[in-house]
Amino acid sequence: MNWYILINIILPFVLAPFLFGVINRTKAFFAGRRGQPLLQLYYDLFKLFRKGSVYSVTTTWIFRIAPFAVFSSIVCVILIMPCGALVSPIGFRGDILLFIYFLAMARFFTVAAALDTGSSFEGMGASREVQFAALTEPAFILCMAALACETHSFSLSTIFSRLSFASWSGEGAVLLLVAVSLMIVLLAENSRVPVDDPNTHLELTMIHEVMVLDYSGPDLGFILYGAALKLWIIGSLVVGVALPVNTGNFFLDRFIFLGGMVLLAVIIGIIESVMARFRFLKIPQVLILASALSILALILQVRF
Amino acid sequence: MDNFRDLLIVLLMLINLMLLASSRIRYCIKIVAFQGLIVGLVPIFAAENGIGIGIILTALCVIAVKCVLLPILLQRSQIIADVRREVDPFVGYTASIFIGIAALVISFWISTRLPQMEKQVSHIAAPAAIFTVLSGLFIIMSRKIALTQVLGYLVFENGIYLFGGAMLLENGFIIELGILLDVFVLVFVMGIAVFHISQEFNHIDTDRLSQLGDWNAELPEEIKK
Repeated sequence: MNWYILINIILPFVLAPFLFGVINRTKAFFAGRRGQPLLQLYYDLFKLFRKGSVYSVTTTWIFRIAPFAVFSSIVCVILIMPCGALVSPIGFRGDILLFIYFLAMARFFTVAAALDTGSSFEGMGASREVQFAALTEPAFILCMAALACETHSFSLSTIFSRLSFASWSGEGAVLLLVAVSLMIVLLAENSRVPVDDPNTHLELTMIHEVMVLDYSGPDLGFILYGAALKLWIIGSLVVGVALPVNTGNFFLDRFIFLGGMVLLAVIIGIIESVMARFRFLKIPQVLILASALSILALILQVRF
Repeated sequence: MDNFRDLLIVLLMLINLMLLASSRIRYCIKIVAFQGLIVGLVPIFAAENGIGIGIILTALCVIAVKCVLLPILLQRSQIIADVRREVDPFVGYTASIFIGIAALVISFWISTRLPQMEKQVSHIAAPAAIFTVLSGLFIIMSRKIALTQVLGYLVFENGIYLFGGAMLLENGFIIELGILLDVFVLVFVMGIAVFHISQEFNHIDTDRLSQLGDWNAELPEEIKK
């Protein structure tokens, strides 16, 4: 194992909260405001980790372990995620399914803890989260299957090191479909605007935010940090497909990858600024369309 | 160029899926117009031995009719009939997308059973054409508003045109121009019919038109008046 493989782990942990800053700044720019500092999430996390937690008396141990379970399953994903074309520290055959199920486990604990609080409000959020997750997961898995067929490998690291601009000129249609589908998955999984609004606290329309209402202090910090890392994880998939740079120069490659991530954050900010949230009935349709895109990609890939 | 052509055809299939999922009629008309543009462009990319004057003229005719003329006519009848969206179709929009996915898989399967043509535009053109035909038929069957059914018919025709264009049938384009005239006349007549129906009944819901009749034996109360 080379020393530079560690950058796979260091980059997300250090830079993931920065993406949120970029998204917020883009939204502020479109709204004509100056917006919060780029490093706001770092300050928030720092503040939260110094505080103490308050627990409701109706909650049980599930509520207390959930933030750590969520965070540790996301850390497990970080360990197997390649950073662009850079091979990940622990990559193996079949990790393209494992990482999706680690994310599902994180979701399971969030939902279980939300139900544990006994609040009907959080139960509603949990129900919606699970409903949409059931529709995003097929799209996610089929995207991964299309990529696996494209590169003839079942490991994330090899998939992303085998993708290159040559594959875009050969199989542009497939990669475009996968990229668009992954983008919809990204917005749905991270509860960004067309699916869910991350800024509406205490509104009946929100999905993800409602489930973490009862957390405070370090627990909330872990949840926020976990959310930032999750955005980084799925974002790095999108960037890996859309911008498969493999020049061989280590620093140039990482630099382009980071540039791609910042660009992605700007794009998410633009989407959030120009689009309204979809109606609830519309969301399943969009998610099924994402599955349809990935099915089409898979068919094109398998058959031709 | 190969890659770009494939991309166009994939876009065509995506338009079918979007059409199955959307309820706003104005938006449907726009994306059908866009599909007409793509379908019109395919023969230009398909020409292997040089782009002749004939091909360009056909493409221009097709684009002018499918992308400009018909959408304008449809939009006019949409404004006159004052229908914004298809509220409750026979098959809901989410179910429509599922059926669309099934049709996609089926059309790829059918295209493997077709005899292999020696020269065809692209290997995904045939399944795309079959998929377009199937989704056009499905839209005609599953929607109630007369305008959406006309849109379904146009999609169906786009599919047939793509099939002819993709397979480079002999003299296909001359026949195509004849069909184009028919489609134009049909949409024209439908526009007038939709106008008169909406004048008479204040709606263009074909499902409710099945209750029409000369006798007033089993009619619901409100129609007897």
